[in-house]
Amino acid sequence: MSACKDKEQDPRIEGIASTIRVVPDFPKPGIMFQDITTLLLDPKAFKNTVDLFVERYTGKDITVVAGIEARGFIFGPPIALAIGAKFVPLRKPRKLPGEVISEEYVLEYGTDCLQMHIGAVQPGDRALVVDDLIATGGTLCAAIKLLERAGAEVVECACVIELPELKAFYLHFSSAKCEVLDWDVVA
Amino acid sequence: MLEEENGVDPRLQAISAAIRVVPHFPKPGIMFNDITTLLLRPKVFKDVVEIFVDRYRDMGISAVAGIEARGFIFGPSIALAIGAKFIPLRKPKKLPGEVISEAYVLEYGTDCLEMHVGAVHPGERVLVIDDLVATGGTLCAAIRLLGPMQIEWKACLYTCRVPFLELPNQVNLCQYSALRSLQANVATESSTHC
Repeated sequence: MSACKDKEQDPRIEGIASTIRVVPDFPKPGIMFQDITTLLLDPKAFKNTVDLFVERYTGKDITVVAGIEARGFIFGPPIALAIGAKFVPLRKPRKLPGEVISEEYVLEYGTDCLQMHIGAVQPGDRALVVDDLIATGGTLCAAIKLLERAGAEVVECACVIELPELKAFYLHFSSAKCEVLDWDVVA
Repeated sequence: MLEEENGVDPRLQAISAAIRVVPHFPKPGIMFNDITTLLLRPKVFKDVVEIFVDRYRDMGISAVAGIEARGFIFGPSIALAIGAKFIPLRKPKKLPGEVISEAYVLEYGTDCLEMHVGAVHPGERVLVIDDLVATGGTLCAAIRLLGPMQIEWKACLYTCRVPFLELPNQVNLCQYSALRSLQANVATESSTHC
């Protein structure tokens, strides 16, 4: 699942991980929120984070980087620019002008929705999905479905942080028959 | 600026052409300038970032503040290239931990922008980034958040020809818009009072 576990950890990872702060009881009591804004305040750590992903995806013929609103908009574009791919924002409802396709996903209470512009992605595109964090994977699953509906091949999902809930997510994922190829996790 | 002929950066024409106008979004009568089509053109997107990086790299800027959400698309790449930190300015209740808030006026009602306490320190030179400035309401909220005299520059991809409304604080702000209007592809500087 995580490429980094298969070999010695890249020396940059420890520095990156140390810049992420945990904010207890946000957004609700009991949740330990992984806050990447402190990483962004450290130019070296931010650069190293982007570099790790760029090194992994350079030369893999990635044509699309899809970033999930809003923190995926912070990490996705620098990666896209470095590997020469287009950047496609995946947004909450009614933010994108013009024609869109929508994919609903389940929240703890209720559902939410992710949208992508029609025409942003074509059959044959090789896509990366980027977000800051993967927890249950619900949002990522919706992102994958949007890209696949448009005919793209989702090569990988790139997230800075992975949470322990991921194990529960894998079970949910298989039962929902949502195709997952791989997860690449930095820290 | 590099490669200027008659004062016009040749990259601006392609940038302007890459932005599409979507009529009647989000409401009837509004011609929405959609930068997502620009993001689908890697060379053009790269040129946009380079124009801003070329302009700001030697100005001792220590922080780039991006306004949620489209400011998040342009700001980080600029920050990374000039070695500055990136500060997200967000809608309410998105940032965890201690924040400061600034309300600003919308056509109907008000909205609010938030920044983390401790993200900037007195004396820092800050760049504020967004894709577009229209009335400048969000911009002024960003300026107030960052504190008087801390903002030296604001850079936008695009400025609509909407006159700045009366705005409370008299802060001299240098503003740079890469695209002044749909018709003119000229990079210009202007001072504005906020």
